Amino acid sequence: MKLNLDSGLVENCRAAAQKIAADVQDFIRDKTTVAVERAILRLLGINDAADGVPLANIVVDAIAARGELNLGAAYWVGNACKQLGLSPAAVAQQVAAGELDLFALPRFAPEELHPYLRQLARPGLQRIADRRREREEMLARLPMGPAPWLYVIVATGDIMQDVVQAQAAAEQGADIIAVIRTTGQSLLDYVPHGATREGFGGTYATQENFRIMRKALDEVGERLGRYIMLVNYCSGLCMPEIAALGALERLDMMLNDALYGILFRDINMQRTLIDQNFSRTINAYAGIIINTGEDNYLTTADAVAEAHTVTASQFINEQLALAAGLRPWQMGLGHAFEIDPDLEDGLLLEIAQALLARQLFPQAPLKYMPPTKHMTGNIFKGYLLNGLFNLTSVLTGQGIHLLGMLTEAIHTPFLQDRYLALEGAKYVMNNARHLGQELEIRAGGKIEGRAREVLAKAAEFLARVADIGLFAALEQGMFAAVKRSRDGGKGLEGVVMQAQGYCNPFLEEMSTELREAQRNDGNKAD
Amino acid sequence: MTETKRIKAYGDALDDGAVQLSFTLPVDAGPLARAAALNLAVQMGLEHAEIAYMTPVSQGFSFFVVYGRCRHSVDLSRLQVAEAGLEEMDFFEINDYIKEHIGRKINVVAACTGTDAHTVGIDAIINMKGYKGEYGLERYPWINAWNMGSQVPNAALVAEAVRRKADAILVSQVVTQRDIHIPNLTELVEMLEAEGIRHKVVLVAGGPRISHQLAVELGYDAGFGPGTTPRQVASFIVREMVQRKLGN
Repeated sequence: MKLNLDSGLVENCRAAAQKIAADVQDFIRDKTTVAVERAILRLLGINDAADGVPLANIVVDAIAARGELNLGAAYWVGNACKQLGLSPAAVAQQVAAGELDLFALPRFAPEELHPYLRQLARPGLQRIADRRREREEMLARLPMGPAPWLYVIVATGDIMQDVVQAQAAAEQGADIIAVIRTTGQSLLDYVPHGATREGFGGTYATQENFRIMRKALDEVGERLGRYIMLVNYCSGLCMPEIAALGALERLDMMLNDALYGILFRDINMQRTLIDQNFSRTINAYAGIIINTGEDNYLTTADAVAEAHTVTASQFINEQLALAAGLRPWQMGLGHAFEIDPDLEDGLLLEIAQALLARQLFPQAPLKYMPPTKHMTGNIFKGYLLNGLFNLTSVLTGQGIHLLGMLTEAIHTPFLQDRYLALEGAKYVMNNARHLGQELEIRAGGKIEGRAREVLAKAAEFLARVADIGLFAALEQGMFAAVKRSRDGGKGLEGVVMQAQGYCNPFLEEMSTELREAQRNDGNKAD
Repeated sequence: MTETKRIKAYGDALDDGAVQLSFTLPVDAGPLARAAALNLAVQMGLEHAEIAYMTPVSQGFSFFVVYGRCRHSVDLSRLQVAEAGLEEMDFFEINDYIKEHIGRKINVVAACTGTDAHTVGIDAIINMKGYKGEYGLERYPWINAWNMGSQVPNAALVAEAVRRKADAILVSQVVTQRDIHIPNLTELVEMLEAEGIRHKVVLVAGGPRISHQLAVELGYDAGFGPGTTPRQVASFIVREMVQRKLGN
């Protein structure tokens, strides 16, 4: 199935998105945030906590309190390591215990220390590279089934219960397990420590919880002969830190949208855009597939009227992802099946949108979200809605398929809800596996007409955003009908201008390698 | 003395008591699981219970679809129903009603409180766009509406209500896992009482697991469940205001 699209319009969209992304990159280049700095410390091996407070927070707060974060946390910790012959973890322990004042030590000149900082970064980089290789080896040995991959969530609040539910879901046919975070975690300016057994609407994202679930999914994957992917949420005020922890513990996917936190969690736009860049660079380096959150636009705005904002945001997310070093196969660009089921020919519009995304981003493993807005508590009709969603997904070749739950809008999924969802999706997708290859889209018909209309509107929308810049567009409420101010929202106080001599040794090393990989992609594409 | 009116669940004949249910048991599918499911159905008051379907759902768990005839009945004449209901007015009637009976624009402050980040419910009621083809309260010329969004601490909501001279406060709670919404909703009532403004506002809760009865028990004037439209909420607010003479 192929849509006849105006390739000039597609190029216009990409060019506008590229300009938007370039403006953002210009803005963030000379800035850092407390979350970026904490992520650097975590990658340096500072992952312990003192009385429940992460050492990464204690050290970054101590540096920020002196107004010295503009040289980067790596400089201060690295300086202490070199002066005292200690590891970063040992330095952090001593700072937390009040035994060491980072500012009382003699200081190397910042630039002089950079080669040493790169050396300190090496074990962290190596560990991530090892995790990545581990995944590649396992995927070769335990191959996943054909896309669309079936993605389910667990959300009990208790990591031990999550394990039971996740293993059950894998046995029932799930390819991907996401552990939903507890409500409110996105607004915590730290990552909680250790295994957690209480949460609301989800489970805390912690390094230990990541490790527990990774082990559980590896076990069940070995048993089933299929690799099971693990997902968490790289969003909120700790985006880059979560990315670091996910990279260290071999998560496979991360929700990682450039605009989601700004629009839906009222996180300051400067903070989020700086954070998303480093978090995406880490994800890129770790071989993690990101999932973007365009689907969320349609939970507040109408899915027919605002479809073009989804397409436009996909273009922007693509360009920001490229700028952060991600490769097309790592871009799980989002969209959703959210058109009012009472609309005549609504299914045609859904197919148009799904096929449009497929065609605009041919290498991206598109993330397709199920109906939620029009789920009412009528579980029987809801099951049918999910059936049409499943059919649209397999028909249009989506990559990452979030399963709709018949009890959406009632409660977090029961074991049986997930079972029924998996059974339904497997039935539809198996039964209609190659339908898309048998059908052609009628030229000039409703589906093609709709796709062309959405693309045209997206191009116009992107041109307007490119004209005024992303910040102004967000201020004017151009996305999801939500207005956010440049200096409003949470977390702005954590944004810091870099001083001369600032160093983020991980960003430098990762970016260099990733550029190389992207160049190779480009050469292959030529 | 009202006449008794007993009814049973209905399948295809009056008083057949037919019900369908589905559930999971933490035991491997098999004869033992089947017997357990049947036994449970009998304890639930089902006669002629039949296991229509049993299937393993994972190691140690089985899923059942069960039909049976529920022997219980209810007497409609003896039921007391708490409902915020009343007659709904439409968009124009509500604005006219405010103009006529209150004579000034009314102030409504709304939020998703506590850690709840799900604004889909409150957005449907407040935002211009509204829900099910109905305008949200922001669109009403005689209503000033402020939607504070998600994850609003109760203290911030109370402060905003004081600042805006709120006539009504709407609270949305979507996440109700482990009943987290109960202490959160209760805390708001306590704070409004401590501020001495509880009696000056119409206090309304909403969300998929909120019933009118629950809301009233927690000290709210009304509770609205799923499918509620903006005008249902607005109708309640304005009538309650007039009834309690809050518009002066």
